[in-house]
Amino acid sequence: AMEDVSAKFVSQKISRTRWRPLPAAALQRPDLFATGSWDNEDNRISIWSAGDLGNAGLNGEYHGEPHLLCDIQHNGDVMDMQFLDQERIVAASSTGAVTIFRHHQNNQTLSANHRWEKAHYHVDQDTSCGGAACTGVVCNNPEIVTVGEDGRINLFRADQKDAVRTIDNADSSTLHAVTFLRTTEILTVNSIGQLKIWDLRQQRNEPSQIFSLAGDRVPLHCVDRHPNQQHIVATGGQDGMLSIWDIRQGSMPVSLLNAHEAEMWEVHFHPSDPDHLFTCSEDGSLWHWDTSTNISEKPSFLHQGGRSTAYLSHSTIHQSVISAWLSNDPTKDRMEITNLIPNQTLSVNSLDVLGPCLVYGTDAEAIYVNRQLFA
Amino acid sequence: LFVVRRDQDIYIQTLRKLFNESHGIFMGLQRSEEELAGKSRKAQLVQVSKNYRSVIRACMEDMHEAAVSTRDPALQGQYSTQVSILSAMELIWNLCEILFVEAATAGPLLLRLLDWVRLHVCDVDSMVREVLSSESPSKHKLFWNVVDVFVLQGRMDEARHLLSKEASANPTSVNMCKILDDLMKKMPVPSLSNTQTLTELELKWQHWHEECQRYLQDGTFASSPHMESICKILLGDEEAILEKKELMTTWYHFLVTRLLYSHPTVKPMELRFYAQSSMDLFLGGESSPEPLDMILMAAFEFEMHQVIKECSIVLSNWWFVAHLTDLLDHCKLLQSHNLYFGSNMREFLLLEYASVLFSHHSLWQLGVDYFDHCPEYGRVYLELHIERIPLSTEQKALKVLRICEQRQMHEQVRSVCKIMAMKALRNSRLGSALSWSIRAKDAAFATLISDRFLKDYCERGCFSDLDLIDNLGPSMLLSDRLTFLGKYREFHRLYGEKRFPEAARLLLTLMTAHIAPCSFWMTLLTDALPLLEQKEVIFSAEQTYELMRCLEDLTAGNPDKQKFQDDDIETTKVEMLRLALARNLARVIVKEGTVEGS
Repeated sequence: AMEDVSAKFVSQKISRTRWRPLPAAALQRPDLFATGSWDNEDNRISIWSAGDLGNAGLNGEYHGEPHLLCDIQHNGDVMDMQFLDQERIVAASSTGAVTIFRHHQNNQTLSANHRWEKAHYHVDQDTSCGGAACTGVVCNNPEIVTVGEDGRINLFRADQKDAVRTIDNADSSTLHAVTFLRTTEILTVNSIGQLKIWDLRQQRNEPSQIFSLAGDRVPLHCVDRHPNQQHIVATGGQDGMLSIWDIRQGSMPVSLLNAHEAEMWEVHFHPSDPDHLFTCSEDGSLWHWDTSTNISEKPSFLHQGGRSTAYLSHSTIHQSVISAWLSNDPTKDRMEITNLIPNQTLSVNSLDVLGPCLVYGTDAEAIYVNRQLFA
Repeated sequence: LFVVRRDQDIYIQTLRKLFNESHGIFMGLQRSEEELAGKSRKAQLVQVSKNYRSVIRACMEDMHEAAVSTRDPALQGQYSTQVSILSAMELIWNLCEILFVEAATAGPLLLRLLDWVRLHVCDVDSMVREVLSSESPSKHKLFWNVVDVFVLQGRMDEARHLLSKEASANPTSVNMCKILDDLMKKMPVPSLSNTQTLTELELKWQHWHEECQRYLQDGTFASSPHMESICKILLGDEEAILEKKELMTTWYHFLVTRLLYSHPTVKPMELRFYAQSSMDLFLGGESSPEPLDMILMAAFEFEMHQVIKECSIVLSNWWFVAHLTDLLDHCKLLQSHNLYFGSNMREFLLLEYASVLFSHHSLWQLGVDYFDHCPEYGRVYLELHIERIPLSTEQKALKVLRICEQRQMHEQVRSVCKIMAMKALRNSRLGSALSWSIRAKDAAFATLISDRFLKDYCERGCFSDLDLIDNLGPSMLLSDRLTFLGKYREFHRLYGEKRFPEAARLLLTLMTAHIAPCSFWMTLLTDALPLLEQKEVIFSAEQTYELMRCLEDLTAGNPDKQKFQDDDIETTKVEMLRLALARNLARVIVKEGTVEGS
């Protein structure tokens, strides 16, 4: 519900927000997130505590606005960011550098742990003016994959000084985002509208598969893979279009959903509830896409207590395994789409979901946290 | 108090929250439709005004925090100054809200002014706290000061509460306290609800005033100078009130106290007289009015333009006047004055403010929205400013582009795309360069990029960036050269797949349909050679004639025949071609002339 959103103006334009991952068996809600800024002379990576932990309400809810724990200066815009593990964050910079920061919980400080200064560059590594922005980073501890405006793909390991593997000129256009498909395969999207699969086990510097949209080569800005069904991939384009792909079949998307009026910056499947998808855009909106079973068919008492109750009671349970995302029949599995921002102004650059918590950041220099997303 | 400074203000971190939050309020105001009329519209505008003020206060608190926690004395000075400025801004805004936005009428006007004074005179707060928290307040040396403060601010209940303490501590004064308490309790005050008319209030007040007069003249309070002075204050005695100058600290506090005790049903238009005399009496010729005083005076005189003008001169940034004027404009207050000047002033101030935002490396995005709401010159200003944004990353360029596209600023779109495409080209990112030309629908640039590809091909003998050329899709049609590039690559692919007849057909089309640039014909003809030399005959007679014609066109059309003939390699090529073509022709004539089968 919207009343559960707490906002905070932070005097920096936020380019990325990421929840700290929870340990595997954890039952609690995420309570800590990181943000990165951009377009400042002095950009920062900051760690925040979500809500006031000291003020538990009647139901054990936490209230209050996000509270800054610590921050550290970051050279260049924070283009992308991801937690490597509970203590370390990897940040991609517009200077072409990739840095691992460590969050020291005991004294609440951040320090730069390791940096690959020229992970991405144009033409010549030795010329100082040749920095190319690193646009995307994804981690699978200890592996780190980065992509950039130089069309280069790097594979790093957290403990190794040099890159494990580099594919130069992997793409003639800018690579905008990268994510893991499987542990040895990655997905990239670029500025001429192509989705590519790369097999890192193979030595050749060619993608194993290339997908593209029909029609104009609209650049793709973000990509995410379904957490359970690895053949389902979602991408967001410069025209705000959400595309769902089934990479087992065909080279074109399964569905194209007209969503935003401007660039879609991020797309995320909910990690534990993948019938829910979230997208945010330059047009200032944040959409929640809900393909979980049609609620109106159910008797009302089943709606209480959260999503899981409704899920199990659905009669055609096998259908959820097939996944509503690939369904071509709009009448059967209707999708509910909600804009979570009532008064939109400037771009929502980034969002992250974990459990019942949503965090997002805007160009209006504000961060928003909703800790009761499915209430 | 007021320091005229350049717009370095903007660089102070805490002010950024002010700018961003107020931007949200501004946009909400612009978008709020004027469907609501009358009371609900006014309530809406008052709410907007309150929102602005709460943002100012929040900023003030942050600034105060910063001043308290910093160790650097220079910074501390800077922050403290900002706190004072913000406090003054809120003071002025609050008064404008009461007088202009809410346009409080006689009755409620006084109550609002009392709230205003109570909110902004805080110098006495610590004294009040000290007395109230002491063990026996009535024995505190500042006790009567605090009682006076409450009376001067019209806080009757609190004054009475203290009086009761005095009564219990000092039995001799019980009677006097009781009477004074009673007077305070009975004092008629305006109410916000319409339970009584002004006339009723005036009557009651007159009665009460006379009662106070009687007690004073009877010498009831003669034995307590403190209580006697309070009684005089209740009677609105200017001298008595002025004696408490230090407790009031400002002339506008004096003004409101005066009004409370001499003319509680004051009408808005009467304020100016009381204001002027209050200021004169209070300052008493010892000190001259400061800029803040002049601004408040102008407000009491309902000289809105004067208020705005003075604020513009005195404050160091345009934030305050721009937002306040915009709000007043929405209240339709500026239009009743000289129309031309009125609407232009709002726009002028917004343009100035937005221009300052654009000079900041990060806040320029806010400026865009402000320019959008300046109907006359906003667009022109935006066009000029947006071109100066440094495009440090592709992401930033995309955001700038989106702004331009949404406003149909085609020239700027092309300009941004061209800059980014050139950058990409310089870095040999041909795919990126193409992506930018597609966005701008810039055929000329697409041609440039294709030429670059073709040049690379000629030099290296193979294509770079096949992932791009093989996947051009409909964007191929953007420029002829690009189409040629795509088709030429297709030719190579067909050849590689040994689909020779199709390849041959394509090759010929490229020349005859004039898709290929003339400069490339030689290369194409040379590409035809292997096809001509195949065991199997590929080119038909018709096609061979076409090829021959192309070759002749090429050699004949070359003006510099001399140079052409001198170049050995070229000559050899042409000779080889002629030979191959002739041979092919011979074979194909035979083939086509032969009857199939048998």
